[in-house]
Amino acid sequence: MPLSYKHSASKGFDGRLILYYSLLVTIGWLTIFSTSYNPNANLGFSFSLPYVRQLIWIGTSVVLAMVILLLDARIIQHYSYHLYLFCLLLVISTFFLGSKINGATSWIKIGSFSIQPTEFMKLATAMALAKFFNEGKTTVEKRSMWLIAFGIILTPAFIILLQKDTGSALVFLSFIILFYREGMTGTIFIFGAIAVFLFVFTLLTNEIYSLALLTFILVIAWIIDRKDKKKIIRNIIIYVVAIAFIGAVNIGYNKVLQPHQKQRIDTLLGKTSDPKGADFNLIQSKIAIGSGGFFGKGYLNGTQTKLNFVPEQSTDFIFCAIGEEWGFLGSCVLGTLFLSLVIRILRLSEKQRNPYARYYGYGIAGIIAFHFFINIGMTIGLVPIIGIPLPFISYGGSSLWAFTAMLFIFIKLNDN
Amino acid sequence: MNNPNASRKYALIVGVMLILAAVYAVKLFSLQVISKDYKEAAKNNALRQITEHPDRGLIYDRNDSLLVFNDAAYDLMVVPKELRTFDTADLCRILDITKEDLIKRIEKASNYSKIIPSLFAQQMSKEDYGYLQEKLYKFPGFFVQSRTLRSYPEPIAAHILGYVGEVNDKTIEDDPYYKMGDYIGISGIEKAYETELRGVKGQRVVLVDVNNREIGSYHNGEEDIRAIPGTSLWSTLDMSLQRYGEQLMQNKRGSIVAIEPKTGEILCIVSSPSYDPNLLVGKARSKNYTMLWRDSIKKPLFNRALQAMYPPGSTFKLANGLIAEEEGILDANTIYNCPGGYQVGSHLIGCHHRGGTNLVAAVQHSCNTYFCRAFYNIISNKRKYPTIQEGYTAWRNHIVKLGFGTTFDTDLPYEKKGILPTAEYFDKRYNRSWNGNTVVSMGIGQGEVCVTPIQMANMLAIIANKGYYVRPHVIKAIGSKDNLNVQYMDKIDAGIKPEYFEPIIQGMEMAALAGTARGAQIPGIRVAGKTGTAQNPHGRDHSVFALIAPIDDPQIVVFCLVENGGWGAAVACPIASLIAELYLTGEVKRKGVEENMLNLSTK
Repeated sequence: MPLSYKHSASKGFDGRLILYYSLLVTIGWLTIFSTSYNPNANLGFSFSLPYVRQLIWIGTSVVLAMVILLLDARIIQHYSYHLYLFCLLLVISTFFLGSKINGATSWIKIGSFSIQPTEFMKLATAMALAKFFNEGKTTVEKRSMWLIAFGIILTPAFIILLQKDTGSALVFLSFIILFYREGMTGTIFIFGAIAVFLFVFTLLTNEIYSLALLTFILVIAWIIDRKDKKKIIRNIIIYVVAIAFIGAVNIGYNKVLQPHQKQRIDTLLGKTSDPKGADFNLIQSKIAIGSGGFFGKGYLNGTQTKLNFVPEQSTDFIFCAIGEEWGFLGSCVLGTLFLSLVIRILRLSEKQRNPYARYYGYGIAGIIAFHFFINIGMTIGLVPIIGIPLPFISYGGSSLWAFTAMLFIFIKLNDN
Repeated sequence: MNNPNASRKYALIVGVMLILAAVYAVKLFSLQVISKDYKEAAKNNALRQITEHPDRGLIYDRNDSLLVFNDAAYDLMVVPKELRTFDTADLCRILDITKEDLIKRIEKASNYSKIIPSLFAQQMSKEDYGYLQEKLYKFPGFFVQSRTLRSYPEPIAAHILGYVGEVNDKTIEDDPYYKMGDYIGISGIEKAYETELRGVKGQRVVLVDVNNREIGSYHNGEEDIRAIPGTSLWSTLDMSLQRYGEQLMQNKRGSIVAIEPKTGEILCIVSSPSYDPNLLVGKARSKNYTMLWRDSIKKPLFNRALQAMYPPGSTFKLANGLIAEEEGILDANTIYNCPGGYQVGSHLIGCHHRGGTNLVAAVQHSCNTYFCRAFYNIISNKRKYPTIQEGYTAWRNHIVKLGFGTTFDTDLPYEKKGILPTAEYFDKRYNRSWNGNTVVSMGIGQGEVCVTPIQMANMLAIIANKGYYVRPHVIKAIGSKDNLNVQYMDKIDAGIKPEYFEPIIQGMEMAALAGTARGAQIPGIRVAGKTGTAQNPHGRDHSVFALIAPIDDPQIVVFCLVENGGWGAAVACPIASLIAELYLTGEVKRKGVEENMLNLSTK
């Protein structure tokens, strides 16, 4: 395949996506500058300063974006599996080469820089899934097609889970949006919602109450459906599965989860309160955001984020700085920007004549949306603390490169 | 592939996202706009209010020499709310305390307040401070606050300067200015002028990061309140005179009080034995205080100049002479014959000289007979006072006007009134049957009357001033040397006409020239003196001396009492005159006398 840039089919890169991207990256850099800015020290230029490093990553991201835009879209499509396998190997290699950061062994150190293969794994999985759906749907029979699709997302998720990076592993759940769009029934979401309810209910009370509740529902259902044997059998099956699920939750919660993960769930459910210990991060995060008020304290005027009260304030908790300095208004602007980006991707995906581009678009829209909702949600106490970055905003080269590549590949595909 | 439900699913996905976003927006709105808790929490989190303790006012002597100044000290403070797990063993090692002690201190602080900083460890050494400062990030909830401690360039005037200590719970309750761990003047000048000396506390609001480090000021320090340093005081004391007085009183018990008569300014006030005021500073204060307090032999905390009550002895004759003149009992020419004693029933009050005696000679020779008769005549003056009770009360009123039996209520700590019985007292004691002779020993300063050294010195000031006194005090000026301490400057009339002082002063001069007080003479200066020997039933008599100099324009009056010193002329007289010599001439020429007195020990 020729590597030449094909001009003929171009209808112009999507200006809005590039605008959203530029705005988000700029906000990100300004916020990183603010969190590391010390009014009592002179502005320095040192490669150890986060905002200087981030500037380098932004620069390299722009180069990366341009390279992608110059590539032939077919090459991207063609090498999707190769990239997937390569990334999978990288992720696996961290078992041997990786260095521990924050308890997770998902980093590879190269000189003074560390790269995180999991960030690229998300991109590669989106590409592989798109390629698989594009080619597979015609050749593979329906049921096994879904199995393979699940295999594509669960393999990296499982390996990443083994590396104790639960947050990144959960990101792979976001492909459900793509699955749903591509024909999976909506029932799965209902079951999902029931599962979440049972999970929370079991942990909040105990399994006896869950059991009682399920039995009560079963009895009601039996009375309603008493004439329909088929439905009764179906209900009993659901009942048994639900009980098995409760058991699994118990075992999973007590045996599988790390103490700090249990703690995070407990904190969110309000089961324990330990403001100086495990709850510290969440409380500090809420204080920072809450103290922002409607208009915020103003750029560079945040106290909570500037004084390191908020942990990980330039990476996972960077929203605290935005919430503190720009207030409710700024938070809404940021949210609107993210939503516009995601919805724009979805809208453009729907218009694609090349199915690969649509699958890919839904894949990355899901990833970005998941990151956005989980990241913001954890800082304001709506979801447990799961360490994943805020796309385009959070400090970090791997994440920025991966999301840049993700978006610009879509922009390139959209252009064809 | 085309999904038939595609547009419905697209709408559903976008719809779910928008609903989620709306939920997030509501949560954010409640967090950021509605709730006030987080704004408050943010303030507590990042801002620390640090109390700025003002430097206490300095105390100078009358010649601008420093008597009291401040030294830097470092306190370790704790904010219980901010505590997090830390290496207790490490902190214990740095502060040299046990773990139990550490727990106890934290509990005490927690009980007081969780958010207000409490004192954790007092007055760390500069080395400990430096070491701890570097490691402070390891101990969240702790911070160091610098303060000042009193320091004394010379170990003198301890009683009168007083000391500063930690404020007690009751004061904290009564006065909102004080917080736990604050210092307050507990005695002496420190107590009397506490409001002037303490200054005004300030407050600094600083930003601290999560590691407990101060990052800088908040709002560029706009919310800070600067501490206003305490007002400096100028004492009436003459540092060199005070020092000299304390040296002379070494190894003796007793007191020296020197006053500038025209102003009531105390030039030196010595109580011996004394202590080094530096002992009652800082960490060691309570330990040292207990040690001094337990010393029942020396009683170093006891301020003899203001609190010790002695029979005044012969120096009291001066007062009786004045009252007799004022009462019209006698004048300068009245002559009483002294047969060598005054007979009271079967008892004879002996006298060392004989013959016809006028007032001047009576003072010069300290004639017991003369003053017994004078005193008897005052209180038994039936023409003026029909009863002995009225006569005695009239005399007593004169004595009170001369400053006895009462306190001056100036800036002196814990004055005693002395003992001056009332007529009712004698009525009770003698079942109403008493007369002038029953109490006649008071005429020569014996018997029931007891006075304090400061009262005696004040009487000398009245004589020097010929009729008035200014209440003795120790602070001359407040804030600046020109801003005089006017509250004690009024002249108080002693109720004796000026001319009546002439024979008394003349007698005192004669005593110094050719009488009992010859040792008081200072080359080139006219000195008036009066010896006294206060009877002491417990041992050797107390040596007492009263001095006024120079006679033409008195600059200083000195009262000196040396317990168990024997004759007035023996010890108290030379000491008082050395004090006057140093003050009036700026040097002591009589080195022999000086050496004798310095080396003399009455213990």
